[in-house]
Amino acid sequence: MDTEMDQIYQIDVGNLLAFNPNHRFSSAPSSREELVKECVTEGTKLVQAIADTLFNFPSTESVDGPLVQLPPPTTKLPREKHLPRPKPPTKWEEFALKKGIQKRKKDKIVYDETTDKFKRRHGYDRVKDDNDIPIIEAKASDEPGEDPFAKRLDDKKKRVDKQQQNRLQNLKSAAKAGALPSHVQLAASALPITGTKAQPKKLGKEELGDVAGLAATSTASGGKFDKKLPGEKPTKKQGKHHRYLPVVPRYGWVDEEKEQTNKVLGKLLSKHSHEILNVGKAINMYNDKKEKKKSGRSDKLKPKKDITKKKPYANKAK
Amino acid sequence: MMEIRTPKTHKAKRVLEKRAPKLVENGKKTLILHGTKTSATLSSVLMELYRLKKGGAIKYSRRNENIRPFESGGETSLEFFSQKTDCSIFAYGSHTKKRPDNLVLGRMYDHHVYDLIEVGIDNFKSLLSFSYDKKIAPHEGSKPFICFTGEGFENVPELKQLKEVLTDLFRGEVVDNLNLTGLDRAYICSAISPTKVFLTHCAIKLKKSGTIVPRIELVEVGPSMDLVIRRNRLPNEGLRKEAMKSSKDKPKKKVKNVDQDDVLGKRGRIFIPEQEVGKTPLPDKSKGVKRERREGKLKKKNKEEGSASKKHKESE
Repeated sequence: MDTEMDQIYQIDVGNLLAFNPNHRFSSAPSSREELVKECVTEGTKLVQAIADTLFNFPSTESVDGPLVQLPPPTTKLPREKHLPRPKPPTKWEEFALKKGIQKRKKDKIVYDETTDKFKRRHGYDRVKDDNDIPIIEAKASDEPGEDPFAKRLDDKKKRVDKQQQNRLQNLKSAAKAGALPSHVQLAASALPITGTKAQPKKLGKEELGDVAGLAATSTASGGKFDKKLPGEKPTKKQGKHHRYLPVVPRYGWVDEEKEQTNKVLGKLLSKHSHEILNVGKAINMYNDKKEKKKSGRSDKLKPKKDITKKKPYANKAK
Repeated sequence: MMEIRTPKTHKAKRVLEKRAPKLVENGKKTLILHGTKTSATLSSVLMELYRLKKGGAIKYSRRNENIRPFESGGETSLEFFSQKTDCSIFAYGSHTKKRPDNLVLGRMYDHHVYDLIEVGIDNFKSLLSFSYDKKIAPHEGSKPFICFTGEGFENVPELKQLKEVLTDLFRGEVVDNLNLTGLDRAYICSAISPTKVFLTHCAIKLKKSGTIVPRIELVEVGPSMDLVIRRNRLPNEGLRKEAMKSSKDKPKKKVKNVDQDDVLGKRGRIFIPEQEVGKTPLPDKSKGVKRERREGKLKKKNKEEGSASKKHKESE
């Protein structure tokens, strides 16, 4: 759009973008509203310029309204992702190229000579099904004890596994070239064997302390007298911590052992002793003990007596 | 050991294919999030930006403490989010004493930070504060007009970058066909000073004029704000070149003299140069000239003479 001031706008119709590089805003803005008005008027001019070209395009009528074919955008913007990389040829493709093998289209329906019918190649009631073979003729190279049917299945399994391996190798080489197909992901299913780039999980300070403490409990004194490195903190309360009362009470101090026993007695003989002591349970335990003593052996070691079984010579010996 | 994982459902497969790198890409999605602190203006800016870009934006509402776009280690979270949500543009808002009402607009290439530009927001007017006739309100997801005014966008490198980022942000999807009745919004960006850009969002009113082209009238509807340029980071040259590469740079070599016909199939044309019969060099097959023939002939002659003389002798 040329005017007297020779204003040429840079218009990119594909993006509905217009740029006016020639307008100068006054460095001392009059007021906020005036500035806003000025911006909007300039914007209107730009939009009008784009609309001029846009509405003059040949339009086709559609249900929603006139459709216009937009030209591709001219401003170059950076891509979001890299361009798709070419896939390296698979092992079979390389071999086929070398040998000059052409791809041939396979038919879905194939003629079956044994039954003189047209059968499908894959799926139910297929042409060469392993299960349908009634007789396998023995060859001179066959071993006498071998089952040919099982051998066939075994061979097939091996072929399938080999193909799976080949597929994995092809995908790995594609992944190396950065061209793994979008719907496939390669994931490590098991831990890598030593010698590979496996990074051991780094233990934090606290975790190390916990592990060291656990190891310390395996000593007789519970890790209390273990030699410690300079700066190592004492173990957290995981060792044995028995507090043994002094045998001879200290002069002037309370006899702690006496106090301990008095405390327990007091609780037992007090009014509220039934809350502390479960009398019923105690009686049961006492009775059980008495009975065990009578029998002389524990129940676990004694074979269980079957009362219904008759001992044939029990009374005879007398 | 490696194992191959393929999607078990069609939906998952379609999602993966959508997110894969392609020749012609989908529209860029925007990720909107904020840092530890946001001011009232900033949170409304982020909310309104999300509303403007409704179909192609994802807004995170929790605060993110470990995102510092301009620091070397502070981008990992952003890159992770970008990968998970498949967003290539992000708008990160934060409010600190040093940088009040701060908005960082950034783009990603291959889910790694490509470029960043930090702007401060001044004089923000929310879209709720504008009163207009509701009939002209722009619809969600319509393709906008984007207008830039001011020489600053050409001369100042930061404003140049901002222009590119804003185009990318507001562009949406690249379409082939456009419905002319669906044009209802425009973004106006004016460089009022070498460091300040005035951004506003307007609705379009089409008025009848004498010609096919209607007269355009803009009514301010949306948020308007001043963007003050703070920091920026340009992409490094190698990365920029790679990102700007497109498949159309080398147009597909047109195969000449071959055409496809529905009836006859693939046809080719062969051009034979003019045969100049007089000037073609002929092979030198002059029989008498060759040595072996000469000698052979001589031998034959001698033999004949010999046998002839013999015959003579015999007959005599």
